[in-house]
Amino acid sequence: MKAEPEVTSDRAGDALLVRLSGPWTIGGDRALEDAAAEIERAGERFGSAIIDLSDVTALDTAGAWVIDRARARLAGRGVAVDVRWANPRHQTLLEQAGWRPFEREKPARRGGVIGLLAGVGAGAVAVLRDFVRGVAFLGEVMTALARCARNPARLRPTSVVFHVEQFGFRAAPIIVLINFLVGCIVAQQGVFQLSRFGAATFVVDLIGILVLRELAVLLTSIMVAGRSGSAITAEVGSMKMREEIDALRVMGLDPVEVLILPRIIALVISLPLLTFLADMAAIFGGLLVTWGYGGLSPEIFMARLQSAISLNTFLVGLIKAPFMALVIGMIAAIEGLKTEGSAESLGRQVTASVVKAIFMVILIDGLFAMFFAAIDY
Amino acid sequence: MADVAPTNPDTLIANGDPTPAIRVRDVVVGFGSKIILNGLSLDVRRGEVMGFVGGSGTGKSVLTRAILGLVPKRSGTIEAFGLDLAVLAQRERRAMERRWGVLFQHGALFSGLTVRQNIQVPMREYLSLSQGLMDELAMLKLDLVGLRPDAADKHPSELSGGMIKRVALARALALDPEILFLDEPTSGLDPIGAADFDELIATLQKTLGLTVFMVTHDLGSLYSICDRIAALAEGKVIATGTVADMLAIDHPWVRSYFHGARASQMMPPARLT
Ligand SMILES: Nc1ncnc2c1ncn2[C@@H]1O[C@H](COP(=O)(O)OP(=O)(O)O)[C@@H](O)[C@H]1O
Ligand SMILES: [Mg+2]
Repeated sequence: MKAEPEVTSDRAGDALLVRLSGPWTIGGDRALEDAAAEIERAGERFGSAIIDLSDVTALDTAGAWVIDRARARLAGRGVAVDVRWANPRHQTLLEQAGWRPFEREKPARRGGVIGLLAGVGAGAVAVLRDFVRGVAFLGEVMTALARCARNPARLRPTSVVFHVEQFGFRAAPIIVLINFLVGCIVAQQGVFQLSRFGAATFVVDLIGILVLRELAVLLTSIMVAGRSGSAITAEVGSMKMREEIDALRVMGLDPVEVLILPRIIALVISLPLLTFLADMAAIFGGLLVTWGYGGLSPEIFMARLQSAISLNTFLVGLIKAPFMALVIGMIAAIEGLKTEGSAESLGRQVTASVVKAIFMVILIDGLFAMFFAAIDY
Repeated sequence: MADVAPTNPDTLIANGDPTPAIRVRDVVVGFGSKIILNGLSLDVRRGEVMGFVGGSGTGKSVLTRAILGLVPKRSGTIEAFGLDLAVLAQRERRAMERRWGVLFQHGALFSGLTVRQNIQVPMREYLSLSQGLMDELAMLKLDLVGLRPDAADKHPSELSGGMIKRVALARALALDPEILFLDEPTSGLDPIGAADFDELIATLQKTLGLTVFMVTHDLGSLYSICDRIAALAEGKVIATGTVADMLAIDHPWVRSYFHGARASQMMPPARLT
């Protein structure tokens, strides 16, 4: 059985004698708090009290604090308290860790309706700020690009190549796989649904147009936003956290030019290449399924594909890719640079980066669809 | 079962318990093909302040981390309070961890928590004190390490380097541990701040009967508060003893460290006693 702090009290004349015994240490946990409350309860009814520490077997700062706090609280209620017979070490502790008031202003908190309205307002302002910041940042990236264009040595080709490998080359397997599967699924559904109207051969048109115009570039962009956008935000964010960005600045280097431009350029190079791979993978998947499941031979598939699509079907998808890359890269960089000192904030920015990038990718895809429809391309 | 109930510093000091607080024997630690600690042995006695010195990158932090179980050792034994840390069960291990406080070289404060919450993390983990008392104890610890109460609601990113060290010490002291591991506690502090820090550690050590294991480069700390010094070189402890003993050791690194220009400024006998 573990020893616990204990309190016994006796009357000694018109004073109270409170005898403390056992270990008065933080290891006592609740028992320590309760014992300290017991001192106060016992002392309350008397004009003066003596706290006897001679039987205390161990004392630490927490124990000294609660004892001295009880003394101070009793003194506040007009009970004269005398702490006696502490051994010299305990005496020093009582002095070192004695009671003292801490005044601390509580942060003002807005509650209820006003707080809610303030939150909504702050949210709206944040959206607006994001937009302004995005435009300003685009300007910064473009100036950095212009500076590099005048002096191509500043373009950091090593960094660009490294990031093309990271964002493009290493992403290729997963993007090929995903688009292959989506091609298969579209083909399967196409064969299944269209054959009910006796229009099974139109599945090739469906696959060709849907995949080349929309699906491949959209899926690839979303994948890149999740894979590379998050990586950029995390990298830039942790550099911001450790003052590495500030270090670059004081060395006269522009973080946008050194860190962000190479990554954005790498994305702008990688994403169209990945989209091309995605196109091929999805069409190949479609071909296999129409052949195996729909019974359409590859020769017929290819012939049909040639008549169903033209070069511009293919280009519509590909043209969008660099814009998607630019938006993903910019959002990732902006969110990374917004990181503050804590690990939590880094996590928040990475999430925000991916969510915003995917949202923007889909939005831009919609805008492009309207644009291409308007110019009849 | 081994007894891991917290021992009472008062009786400990009175009885002069002979088992060392930390006992390291023939420990080998390496990363890949690089051996950092090569058969190192060291005793830290109960109630003493041991200063641990060595050139940069010789493995002082690695030894501290090996004792704490943060890096694996290849061979040898490490005991704390007479218990072999390698064979402790989960529960005993937790009881042991409660008995030590650690100040990491870079503070290692939780960046997402405020200063007050940082100090309360160990209290919350091990105890069920009321929030009111935990707040008071956190403020008391802050006051003890010499920080103003308005630091309590700041986040670590808003603190200066010296304040981070102090908060880290306050957190290490949260549970009133028996052993305190300090990894370069005064590096990055101004000399006055460092002297205050030393004095604080000395006071805590005296009043709480703490055992302190302190990695340091600070000659001031070595002279003013360390009972004994251990010097690390070539993966081994090459010498242990008081400052006076160190001055007599004939090893090139120890000689240049304790007889160097900076050391001789410290030498006025007033500080030696
Ligand atoms: N996790 C690790 N992996 C590889 N090498 C390490 C690791 N931690 C430390 N080292 C190496 O161990 C050596 C000692 O490091 P450290 O103990 O931090 O030095 P110091 O004595 O200055 O505290 C250094 O050479 C360092 O490079
Ligand atoms: Mg170190």
